[in-house]
Amino acid sequence: MAEPAPPARPHDSAHLHVSGAARYCDDLAEPADMLHLAFGQSAEAHARIVAMDLAAVRAAPGVVAVFTAADIPGANDVSPVAGDDRLLAETDVIHVGQPLFLVAATSQLAARKAARLARVAYAPLPAVLTVEQAQSAQSLLEPTQRMAQGDPDTALAAAPCRLSGRFDMGGQDHFYLEGQIAVARPGEDGQIHVISSTQHPSEVQHLVAHLLALPSADVTVEVRRMGGAFGGKETQAALFAAAAALVAAKTGRPAKFRCDRDDDMVMTGKRHDFRVAYDVGFDGAGRILALKLLLSARCGATFDLSAGINDRAMFHADNCYFLPDVEILSERLKTNTVSNTAFRGFGGPQGMLAIERVIEHIACALGRDPLDIRLANAYGPGRDVTPYGMTIEDNIAPQIIERLRRDAQYDARRAQVLAFNAQNRVLKKGIALTPVKFGISFTTTHLNQAGALVHVYADGSIQINHGGTEMGQGLYIKVAQVVAAVFAVPVEHVRITATRTDKVPNTSATAASSGADLNGMAAHRAAMEIRDRLTAFVARTYACAAEKVHFTPGGVVAGDTTLSFATLCRKAYLGRIQLSATGFYATPEIDYDRAVHKGRPFYYFAYGAAVSEVVIDTLTGEHRVLAVDILHDVGRSLNAQIDFGQIEGAFLQGQGWLTTEELVFDDKGRLLTHSPATYKIPTASDRARHFTIALWDGENVKPTIHRSKAVGEPPFMLANSVFMALTRAVAATAPHCRTIPPLDAPATPEAILRAIAGHRGA
Amino acid sequence: MAVRFVLDGTVVQLDEVDPTGTVLDYVRYRLGRTGTKEGCAEGDCGACTVLVGERNAQGTGIDWRAVNACIQFLPMLDGKALMTVESLAAAGTLNPLQACMAQNGSSQCGFCTPGFVLSLHGRAIGAIGHDLPVEDVIAGNLCRCTGYGPILAAAEAVDTLVQDDRATLAALATIADDRAGGGQYGTRRWFAPRSCEALAVVLAEHPDARMVAGATDVGLWVTKGLRELDTLVFLGGVRDLAAIVETPDGLRFGAMARYADVHEACARFHPDLGELVRRIGGLQVRNSGTIGGNIANGSPIGDGPPALIALDAELTLRSREGRRTLPLEAYFLDYGKQDRRPGEFVESVHIPALGPDDLVHISKLSRRFDSDISAVCGAFKLTVRDGVIARARVAFGGMAATPRRALACEQALAGQRFTETTIAGAAAALRADFTPLSDVRGSAGYRHEAAANLLWRLFHKARGTAVSVHEVEPGDG
Repeated sequence: MAEPAPPARPHDSAHLHVSGAARYCDDLAEPADMLHLAFGQSAEAHARIVAMDLAAVRAAPGVVAVFTAADIPGANDVSPVAGDDRLLAETDVIHVGQPLFLVAATSQLAARKAARLARVAYAPLPAVLTVEQAQSAQSLLEPTQRMAQGDPDTALAAAPCRLSGRFDMGGQDHFYLEGQIAVARPGEDGQIHVISSTQHPSEVQHLVAHLLALPSADVTVEVRRMGGAFGGKETQAALFAAAAALVAAKTGRPAKFRCDRDDDMVMTGKRHDFRVAYDVGFDGAGRILALKLLLSARCGATFDLSAGINDRAMFHADNCYFLPDVEILSERLKTNTVSNTAFRGFGGPQGMLAIERVIEHIACALGRDPLDIRLANAYGPGRDVTPYGMTIEDNIAPQIIERLRRDAQYDARRAQVLAFNAQNRVLKKGIALTPVKFGISFTTTHLNQAGALVHVYADGSIQINHGGTEMGQGLYIKVAQVVAAVFAVPVEHVRITATRTDKVPNTSATAASSGADLNGMAAHRAAMEIRDRLTAFVARTYACAAEKVHFTPGGVVAGDTTLSFATLCRKAYLGRIQLSATGFYATPEIDYDRAVHKGRPFYYFAYGAAVSEVVIDTLTGEHRVLAVDILHDVGRSLNAQIDFGQIEGAFLQGQGWLTTEELVFDDKGRLLTHSPATYKIPTASDRARHFTIALWDGENVKPTIHRSKAVGEPPFMLANSVFMALTRAVAATAPHCRTIPPLDAPATPEAILRAIAGHRGA
Repeated sequence: MAVRFVLDGTVVQLDEVDPTGTVLDYVRYRLGRTGTKEGCAEGDCGACTVLVGERNAQGTGIDWRAVNACIQFLPMLDGKALMTVESLAAAGTLNPLQACMAQNGSSQCGFCTPGFVLSLHGRAIGAIGHDLPVEDVIAGNLCRCTGYGPILAAAEAVDTLVQDDRATLAALATIADDRAGGGQYGTRRWFAPRSCEALAVVLAEHPDARMVAGATDVGLWVTKGLRELDTLVFLGGVRDLAAIVETPDGLRFGAMARYADVHEACARFHPDLGELVRRIGGLQVRNSGTIGGNIANGSPIGDGPPALIALDAELTLRSREGRRTLPLEAYFLDYGKQDRRPGEFVESVHIPALGPDDLVHISKLSRRFDSDISAVCGAFKLTVRDGVIARARVAFGGMAATPRRALACEQALAGQRFTETTIAGAAAALRADFTPLSDVRGSAGYRHEAAANLLWRLFHKARGTAVSVHEVEPGDG
């Protein structure tokens, strides 16, 4: 790994993580009268509830109370947008695992045992479970969306070469190590305090308030840190927080919902699985002339965030490539499965994998190196308008590709791979270089806002708070560094405090990779306001011009005088200067018309590229990722150590999505892979032994905080290179066959063996 | 009787013990040591990793081993020492491993981190399995944030630590006890005999008692199945049940020999057997899971049994009435049904030594290489003389309701020349041997195809063709 460039600072909680002293929701001392909760869950995918006999549940040892939908004082709704997610089922159930009733008991085990004792009679209704079933029934959440430019039909008809194809990619469980959890405590006068492992405290606040028929001002939601989230706690945390709040409000006792891992995997949403179909026209050089692309996503039983997720899939179906005449259709399939939700990349990975597959198919048909086809289609001067009509102003993809091609010795290694394949009968290698261009901003424009609160105390110590949440991504330390830099004090002087709705209101989810962009800028503005006041005070006090006041690591310089920051703060306090400020930031320039899918949804793009080399076993379908080289663009890094960690972690998570992580549902709509025994995220040995990461040496063309770029999601899609390398390795089993191997994701041993058989038979 | 264990040099005595209470719940909610996390409550993620120590055979030091506290029952701690993440920085300063991990980005969300710290601390102080490659030491610890790079780097940087175990050793001596343990908790009863003879007596008197070896399976009956177990017999203290004996005649493992402890002997017996054992669970699971428990529970996949069957293993069962020995394959009667009579327990398994002409191959196929359960496990022992297969033993797991032999395949091989034609015939015959199910780990079609291809893998490997993705390096041309 290349040496990280400064400033690189460890995570603010690193010393607490390694000593076990970092406190997560379940680590806070439990009051003696704490109640523990469990849901009774639907056993049916789609049914009318005929009768629900809860007598045995109520009579079970340790049970204190049992609640159903009828007990909810306000709105029975835990949904983010559409109002269609019930906390507890009313007349019908629409997926397996849907909560029916809520048990409060003296221990978690007692609650879980009791929850299994209900006798529920169902009248089954027809269930739509799979993509095929939903497509044939045209079971849709909303009308199929169309994003287009030019005249794809005419261009397709006129294209000298034409191909069509189809493939599937699976979903993905978040597998945050800390499961869903919330603790609610009743306060005085009907108030509720909720500690929730959530990426979106404001939404939890609003939902709890509506649920309990309270004003938002009576509900406070707090989160210091999450044990991982990845999008899985953007909307899904509300279910558990609302349940805890309901019990606290109804019983007057503190209530904790710590969800069992298997229940968590059954009851909470995942990454959307997609089916992709395409019809592409291109010329002899592999340049795409026309594309018709159909993205069909299994959304599950309710909206959740599926509209935005599928929009983002459409936005990324171009990746780094110019599509002159294009139509992207996006089907949002409604199925009787748990509602799929946000997951790192938010539809982007699915859209991007689709176009990479199309490129790969063209390369196979032409017998060319796919990298040639990628470069031939890259955005460039005069070819710089996306299918949604946004002109790309910051395109560095071709340079990144060329630099990585050189640094990773792609061409020499590709020759070695070909030589290896010629010599080996059983084992086949593949190598691929794929780029990433990822749009930064919430595509729902109003979400692009953030607030922060900065206090400077009279002893010179600083406390900061903002609307962003810490899930391990290093947001807190990045924002603390931004504030420390404003005052030129060591970051140790900045105390980062838990995210709370009573400190910064009306916040957006920490999502869309936006945390540091938005909250860093908001905190910067708050800190600058205080610094401006201090500057004016110092200038006044020492009778110098404001321009002569400098905040330096050696202290605050005012003309000929230097005083420590702490001394200045003391003087400023005595001088009755306000040392607290709020800051607010709203991303400029963005504007998007969803009705026609045109506009500028993104403030800027983050770029990257990766080379992966793999080997497969053609007898068993096993594979290994042998080598990974990454070049990634984070603009001017706010914290190189944190950014390296985000890149590497995202890559391996993406590799897992495309290889070992397979969600299996049975024909009754039951998830069979509901535990780590059957759902396999990568282990340490799945990481390529050769693994390098380099940061692109450039800065954001937009005036973001310190010209940095967002990093949470973009590197996830670097793992597309693994899937494309696997596709090349399968193709090597019949090297003269001019079609693409029918490899679906995830590329499990079974999928690879199936693809080999399909390719050899083609 | 009480359960006594040593925590940070001090004896802790628990007078009233729920025998199905987990060490994790005790540590978190009774001791308030919340650094140890629950990630899955089924022994698959390692967030709850703690170190458990026993005096070594000479009594001169402590054999520490990493285990998953979430599926360890409290009586299993009796007479042992426990180390949690809080034990490491007791004086308020991070130990060198912790300091390195904190500095180099080994944690992001931090939830899995204490488990990694314990696994790697164990490695650094010479715990069981410390000589394995570091990826293997942490194969039972899942991290969803970091991609593992910094963790591996920290392990490399701090690979040795000296730990002063004197106080713990002295405290352990004070609780050493040759008397049988046991107790009552509500309606629940538990026994902890110290010898095979005593175990036979307990089982004769309580034939319905549930035997608990490493609890890597039974633990989940409680944490996931929410089952009530009324009478339990803990086998961990049965001293004459864990022997590992290597002789010219072969290998004999006592039923309570833990997989981590048999690994080396298995690898010496044959590298494929060693590799199969290495891939059973993570180290925490192998540090608890026993070869006898793995056989006795009769899983249709059975990590060890398919290989043991192919290797002609014999099983010895014992009861108060005496012993009987049978071929291992005969023990597995049907799905969930084994030839174990009331009052009997698995005492040992014997693997006869290989002859000079024996060709052994064992392959496990799973979605993930480490810490996964096989979709198909195939094991072959062919005796090849002068190019002719004199004898063939072929066994599979994951292909039927029990691990069992592929008789038609064996027949197609035996007496034939070791050629492509013979392998093709045997692969075709294999189809008649099994009617596998389609389930969460693979479809019937995949199982058929992959099982047949394992014969080809065996053949190509014997001819010197590269057949393992593990043999290949990047840049190999």
